Order: sequence, then structure tokens, then C-alpha cells
Amino acid sequence: MGAYELTLVAVVSINVMLALGLNLITGFCGQVSLGHAAFFGTGAYAAALMAAAGWPLPVVLVAGGVTAAVLGLLVGFTSLRVREDFLAITTMGVGFVFVGFVRKQGWLGAEMGLTNIPDHGLGDIGFILMCLGLVAAMAAISAHIKRSWLGFGFAAVADDEATARTLGINVPLYKLAAFVIGTFLAGVAGAVYVYFTRFIIPGAFGFTVSISILSMVIVGGVGSLWGVIVAAVLLTLLPEFSRVINDYKLLLYGALIVLTMRFAPDGLAGIVTSLSRRLRRSET
Amino acid sequence: MTTPLLQVDAVTVHFGGITALERVGFSLVAGELLGLIGPNGAGKTTLLRAIIGVVAPDEGRVHLAGRDITTLSTDARARLGLALTHQIVRPFRSMSVIDNVVLAAGHAKTGSLLKAVAAVGRVAEERRAGELLALVGIADFAQANPAALPLGALKRLEVARALAIDPKVLLLDEPLAGLNSVEAERLAETLVRLNAGGITMILIEHNLAKVAEVCARLVVLDNGRKIADGATRETLADPAVVAAYIGKEAADART
Ligand SMILES: Nc1ncnc2c1ncn2[C@@H]1O[C@H](COP(=O)(O)OP(=O)(O)O)[C@@H](O)[C@H]1O
Ligand SMILES: [Mg+2]
Repeated sequence: MGAYELTLVAVVSINVMLALGLNLITGFCGQVSLGHAAFFGTGAYAAALMAAAGWPLPVVLVAGGVTAAVLGLLVGFTSLRVREDFLAITTMGVGFVFVGFVRKQGWLGAEMGLTNIPDHGLGDIGFILMCLGLVAAMAAISAHIKRSWLGFGFAAVADDEATARTLGINVPLYKLAAFVIGTFLAGVAGAVYVYFTRFIIPGAFGFTVSISILSMVIVGGVGSLWGVIVAAVLLTLLPEFSRVINDYKLLLYGALIVLTMRFAPDGLAGIVTSLSRRLRRSET
Repeated sequence: MTTPLLQVDAVTVHFGGITALERVGFSLVAGELLGLIGPNGAGKTTLLRAIIGVVAPDEGRVHLAGRDITTLSTDARARLGLALTHQIVRPFRSMSVIDNVVLAAGHAKTGSLLKAVAAVGRVAEERRAGELLALVGIADFAQANPAALPLGALKRLEVARALAIDPKVLLLDEPLAGLNSVEAERLAETLVRLNAGGITMILIEHNLAKVAEVCARLVVLDNGRKIADGATRETLADPAVVAAYIGKEAADART
């Protein structure tokens, strides 16, 4: 594998991690977030500071996740207070506030970002293996949650909060859990990103990034694990292979969200399910 | 005297300018099957919703087994043993019929985040859900999506799902409406049997003949106020009830 391929694998891995995290919040638990990049960025900045201070990689990864999850908890609390449609606006606001805040902070490098990030020391192959290992771990966590009673409860909250409450489900607590776990994954992805680029600027965590992650979740099929992974891989690679697509990335992602919601609300996963159902029917 | 299982004191609920309930109070002894009646818009649904906490009363208290639950969340009340069936059905439409009941049957697991994240198996809950669907007579629909069910089946799904949380007090908001007469007869018999088995119930039902058949005691609401509370036969004969209610139906029920 050449350097370019290694880069692609790392970028794809980071995006899959981000999509898996958002899928927990938006897919499993039904809480729309248009600000996922803020948690990615929070994890990245925390990780950059920790790495520069000489902390070892495993500690930095966890610290990135925990810092993002703390912000996730705070944003989760606001999700308890606002109506569903307003949550989209609130989380979008969090995304803008995050970038606006970091831009003005000297200790975070302001516009110039942070550059003094040490090498991870794993070597190229070692780093890629770590990325793939983290993706596998996060996919396994997601799969477990989906099968568990927590995931069952998430599905009820996403479907009808008031009814979920009458069945004894502590809806606010479930929402907070979704935010904390999902943003923890985003923070870990941020730490990985820091070691990957060894250079971060506020612009890397803007609205475009939030929208691309959301489009991966929606195109993949909200809540479907493999659908979201496939969509994250495809939507990351597409702009890499076509210059034109890269230039119109935000437009493409936005259009995909709208088209999916209008014509295939269950995304790739839904399309495949209905195709296979049709195939099976035509066989019999 | 034993402490009542459920005690409602002077509950008042306003919706904007409307007074849906005005200082309504009554108490319920364990094992009762109380009929809650009154003309449309009397406040029956609002009273059940205030008891389980979906609606927050502007005044008044609610006690369950001697404990003040007025400020508890709905989910905390459900975990203490209150269950509600909705007059306007609210199945989880993203789940199969049986999963609606399985979820409720897993209340001990979903009631705590730690248990919920650790627990995966559903065998016991699926068995229980299957039994409850059979009990209310909709076992054939187990794997269907709620969207495919007729209203009568969805009403019974409400009952099965509420029963699955093993309630001490079951609040039934017109569970028989929307069922044909055979189905209604069967479900009423089932409810009576469950009541004899120890589940205390409040039943809202507009068919007075049915209420008279099933309930030994009635609370009557009219215009947000309690106008009668007592043994079924005497209550239905109460002139205030006859006047408030549709006189003819009340007269029919007495004969
Ligand atoms: N959510 C609500 N918002 C405004 N008004 C309501 C609401 N729920 C009930 N009401 C009003 O409160 C009164 C009592 O309604 P309800 O409890 O549904 O009566 P019942 O169940 O006895 O038919 C009615 O006048 C109704 O219009
Ligand atoms: Mg009603």
C-alpha cells in the first residue's frame, strides 16, 4: 500500500467512526444533531494539547473521547429542554459556537491552529491497524447496543417519547446516554485525526463536516449499522476520486440528504431490504 | 381502615382557559375495579393522565400506596406500578406488535440504564408477551406491523402492553371502544378475571350497561367535577347522574 492508500484508509476510518457515533444519537435514539463536528473538534483539540504535553497515545485517545462526551452531556441536557425540530437548530448553533470560540483562543492556536503534535510512533501500518481496530471496536459497541435493551429503549424513545415514559423508560436519561456514547466516539475520532494530520485548524470542524456525517447516517439508513458504514465509506471516497464532486461536496451531501428523505427514507439499508424481499418473492 | 392503594385529592387541571378538572378527589382500595363515567368532555381521560403524570395538575395531590407521587415523572410512576392504556391508540409503529409488548415486559431491564446496556436476552419477555397477546386475543397479529391492524386489535394491544409492565393499578381509557360486541365481551371478561387475580383497575367505558355489569363502584364526572361516587346501582339511579348523563342510557342500564 502506498502513502495515498494509507491516507485514504485513515480518512475513511475516521469518517466511519464519526458516522457510527452520530448514528447512535440520531439513528438509534432519534435525536437530530447538526453539530457533530463540534464533538469531533473538541476531542481533537483536547487530544492535541494532551499529545503535545507528552501523554501516551492510549491516554490521549481516551481523553479526546471523554472531553467530547462532557460537551455531549451538556448539549444532551439542552436536548431535554427543546422540542424536536428545535434540537436541530440548537446543535447547529453549538457547531458554529465551537468554531467561533476556537478561532479566538490563543492557547488553541486561534486561526493558525495547533501544529506541535508528536508522532504516534506506530509506523504507517501500525497506525492503519489501529484505525481499523478502533472502527471494528466501535462497530461492535454499536451492534451490542442495538441488540441490548438499551437499544430497544432507544428505539422506543425515537418512536414515541411520551408512550415510552408510560412504560417506565426514563426518557431524559436514555437521551443523555445516547449523546454521551455518540459524542465519546466522535472525540476518539478527533484524537485519531490529530495523530493522522499532526496539524489542526478550526475550519476542519465546521458545518460542512457536520452535514457530511449526517448525510452518511441518512443515506446509509438511519439506525442501520452496515448501511451507515457503507455510506460513510462511499461518501468519503467519492470526493477523493472526482475533482468535480470534491468542489461541490456540500451541495452533493445536502442533495443526498434531501433525496434520501424524500424517496428512500430508510436509506441504503431500506433499499436493499426491499430489493431482497422482491427477489425472494420472485423466486417463489 | 387500610390505606387506599390510590388516592387522588382535589386535582385541578386547566388547559388555557378550559377547566378540564376541578378539585376532583377519590380513593381506590386495592382490588377494586372502579368505573369512571361521564359525558364526552367530562374530564375522564384528563383524570387518568393526571394520575400517571402525563398531564401535570395545577393543584391537588396523588398518592400511590401512601406515597406522594405528585411530583414524580411519568416513567417513575410507571416503575411504581401505574399503567395506562390510551383512548387514542399509540403503538410504537417502528416495531412489530409483539415487540411493543416485549419492550414493556422488559421493564425491569429498561428501568435501569446499567441493566439495559448489559442485558441482551429476550426469551422470557418474548414468552410473556406472547401470553399477553393470546390473553387479549390478538396472538395472530404478533409479527405484524401495528399499521396493518384494525382498531379493535390496536385497542387490545394497548391493554396487553400495559399489562406487560405488571401494574398494581391499571388505568383503562375506553379499552372496549372500537371492539365488536364479541371481542368487547371477551376482553371485559378477561379484565374482570385479571382484577380478581389482584390487579386494581379504573375503567372508562361509555356503554353504561357494560359498566354496570363489570364495576361494583362508579365515579361520575361532569364538566370537570365529580358529581357522584358510590355503588354502581345507586349511583346510576342518582338524579344528578341521570340529569347530567344522557337520561335514557342511564335508565336503560338500570333495567
Ligand atoms: N391537551 C388538551 N389541550 C386542551 N384541551 C384539552 C386537552 N385535553 C383535553 N382537553 C379538554 O378538556 C376537557 C376534558 O377532556 P377529556 O379529559 O378528554 O374528557 P373525556 O375523556 O371525559 O371525554 C375537554 O373540554 C377537552 O376539550
Ligand atoms: Mg376520553
